Amino acid sequence: MSLNIIVLAKQVPDTRNVGKDAMKEDGTINRAALPAIFNPEDLNALEQALRLKDANPGSTVTMLTMGLPRAAEVIREAIYRGADKGIVLTDRALGGADTLATSYSLAQAVKKIGDYDLILGGRQAIDGDTAQVGPQIAEKLGIPQVTYAEDILSVENGKVVVKRRLEHGVETVSCPMPCVVTVNGSAAECRPRNAKRVMKYKRAVSTSEAAKLPEAEAAIVAAHPELTIAEWGAAFVEADPAQIGLPGSPTKVKAIENVVFTAKESRRLDNDDAQIEELVKELIANHTIG
Amino acid sequence: MANYYNDNAALKHHLHHPLMEKIVALRERDYTDAEKFDYAPVNYADAMDSYEKVLEIVGEICGGRIAENAEEVDHQGASCSDGRAHYADKTVENLDLCRKAGLMGMAMPRRFGGLNMPITPYIMAAEIVSRADIGFENLWGLQDCAETLYEFGSEEQRAKYIPRVCEGETMSMDLTEPDAGSDLQSVMLKATQKEDGTWVLNGVKRFITNGDSDIHLVLARSEDGTKDGRGLSMFIYDKRNGGVTVRRIENKMGIKGSPTCELVYKNAPAELCGSRRMGLIKYVMALMNGARLGIAAQSVGVSEIAYREAYQYALERRQFGKAIIEFPAVAEMLAIMNAKLQASRSLLYETARFVDMYKLYEDIARERSLTPDERAEMKHYSRLADALTPLAKGLGSEYCNQNAYDCIQIHGGSGFMKDYACERVYRDARITSIYEGTTQLQVVAAIRHVTTGTYKSLIDSYVAEGIPAEYQAQADILAKLTADYEAAVAKVTAVGDNKYLDFMARRLVEMAGSIIMSYLLLKDAKVDASFANVATVYTKFAQAEVARHIEFINNFDPAQLAAYGIN
Repeated sequence: MSLNIIVLAKQVPDTRNVGKDAMKEDGTINRAALPAIFNPEDLNALEQALRLKDANPGSTVTMLTMGLPRAAEVIREAIYRGADKGIVLTDRALGGADTLATSYSLAQAVKKIGDYDLILGGRQAIDGDTAQVGPQIAEKLGIPQVTYAEDILSVENGKVVVKRRLEHGVETVSCPMPCVVTVNGSAAECRPRNAKRVMKYKRAVSTSEAAKLPEAEAAIVAAHPELTIAEWGAAFVEADPAQIGLPGSPTKVKAIENVVFTAKESRRLDNDDAQIEELVKELIANHTIG
Repeated sequence: MANYYNDNAALKHHLHHPLMEKIVALRERDYTDAEKFDYAPVNYADAMDSYEKVLEIVGEICGGRIAENAEEVDHQGASCSDGRAHYADKTVENLDLCRKAGLMGMAMPRRFGGLNMPITPYIMAAEIVSRADIGFENLWGLQDCAETLYEFGSEEQRAKYIPRVCEGETMSMDLTEPDAGSDLQSVMLKATQKEDGTWVLNGVKRFITNGDSDIHLVLARSEDGTKDGRGLSMFIYDKRNGGVTVRRIENKMGIKGSPTCELVYKNAPAELCGSRRMGLIKYVMALMNGARLGIAAQSVGVSEIAYREAYQYALERRQFGKAIIEFPAVAEMLAIMNAKLQASRSLLYETARFVDMYKLYEDIARERSLTPDERAEMKHYSRLADALTPLAKGLGSEYCNQNAYDCIQIHGGSGFMKDYACERVYRDARITSIYEGTTQLQVVAAIRHVTTGTYKSLIDSYVAEGIPAEYQAQADILAKLTADYEAAVAKVTAVGDNKYLDFMARRLVEMAGSIIMSYLLLKDAKVDASFANVATVYTKFAQAEVARHIEFINNFDPAQLAAYGIN
């Protein structure tokens, strides 16, 4: 059977390679110092989607991302790897959203897409690490969810069978579709960019990017509809202004502290029984050993 | 994770050589494919942008997964059971990655599913893959064979096999036999034509890289009763038809991920490719030239990893209170390693561009007749490619071995242990100066370009391009070396004894090669000043090389050949 799959992806600062200048003096993230990347677990989700597409000819993989207009980079990257098309949900009114407002906005976009069998996304994004957006979307859409997925084993008779990676083992569950599946980093690595697709889709641009192109380039894009990445705003997805962006976000950051670790790496002890015994007791007490 | 394309500025420099504009225009037939294929470029800038993006994919996969897998592939190696060769697990993963990335059939035309890239960026990809794992490059790089199938096969054979290669099926060239190694005229594998006109193959092939491939090009004796190269034809064997088994695979010193097979042909059905009797004389010669360029690329890739491993270790290793790179003896070794690396790389891409130029005209000649000017240009570049290919392969592979040796030396005792990548690099490097024609055979191929003056006229053309004033001192040195080289050539050829010429050939070829590479590095420095130091170091090296050979030649009496056992 052919499937309509939506993959949720987020462009995030690369927090895995944090340098000294990653944080500004006021404690906020210095985005200029951190390259924007495809959230790693969203790439795992994309691979699961592409495998389903490989196994079910005629399926389509639609990327959905919310963020700044430059998040179109994530859509292009996904298309290079095999996704069919993408939508950037971007609007000043959506800025400053917490997970509640984000999941509401994305759920509205999903409703606008309309026809779907599966929504896949990474377990969590490396900037916020909340793992809340996927499950909240499922709740808002009123559909079931499977979290911590490591492998989508089969899609048959309207059900998806998923292997979940849990803390102390694995669990295989069957879930009726449509549903949301959030994918773990332990799932298969995403396939690489494909040379031919890169050559073909390197011109893919969002509507706002297209407006800035030189005439000759713009003409090529205009002549090939598959090169346009859709850009949707809050009004287009019929979002309630009270539930999006800052107004829709009950989470307020009270304060941000820049924590500097002061503990030393090593401690000097004299070579006598008393000091060693004291250290061992301390290590047992703080559960380092024992 | 490192990106092996983006972390190496020299690659971008060579990719953007001025001659590329013409190469790409010829390859793209003035960009007419753009109307038929949605992934074809619309102009030069577009094409170069696409090449760079593809090389970035190659760099990412190689610097990531393939480089990470190299050690495990080396440990597990390929294996053989039930008449089949099996890749190491991680080799299978590497191939899968390359297939998914669409990096097979890179230089094949779009109508067969290829990327239609010129040889130059394809060879650059080969260098990058070799830096990660040269053994794997053998498997991936055998897509070269599709080029030969394209050049000499019928349109039907092209349409049948090339799309399969572009989809990721692997190839092999089944040439050598137990008694036919360097001497391929002795090939005995028997091709018999049946009454219905089809062919079957019987016999044994040995030392066949990736011998259990999907599509084989096979050199076989089609003419009963013949004994030399004129009785040999080229055949295509399709594994899907069966008839060939792997009797054993070799237990090699290096490139362990690449299965080297002994094959048994038992009534294996095969298709004749091209004309009878032309197998060795024309097709295998073309195949080998392509393969030699591939080994030249492997050599540069391995030189690169050897240099980087050595450099990194010399920075980190501290003795006597400082990093060992601060000792002049170590610093000099590293400078010379880098000079050899960059010199062989400049020669590699100069050669690749020349190959591109003549092959593109050859290909256009399949569609329409060439103008007299085009024909002259094709001949010019064909001759230059023929002259530079054995230099790039012969000298590049020797430098690669020397760099692998020095890499271990810089690691000291640690380099002798199995703990560092350098010991694998050292074992892997060793084959580059042997397979696809030993260095000694490259000298045999190159010497006629010494005696007929091809190298000298190439050098003259470099001089005529002009050298900036700041490099005048080096230009003067090179002018003197060139004069010394010419005098040596005159002296050796004046004797009129072929054995004496064969004996001195290596020296003359090395002199020509080191002068050409010095000029190439000066040309590089002219465009990008970051090559200036390398050009200086390499010219000093060339100066000492030429002087040593001149000294030997000037003080040699042909009567002394007997002392070497040459009578």
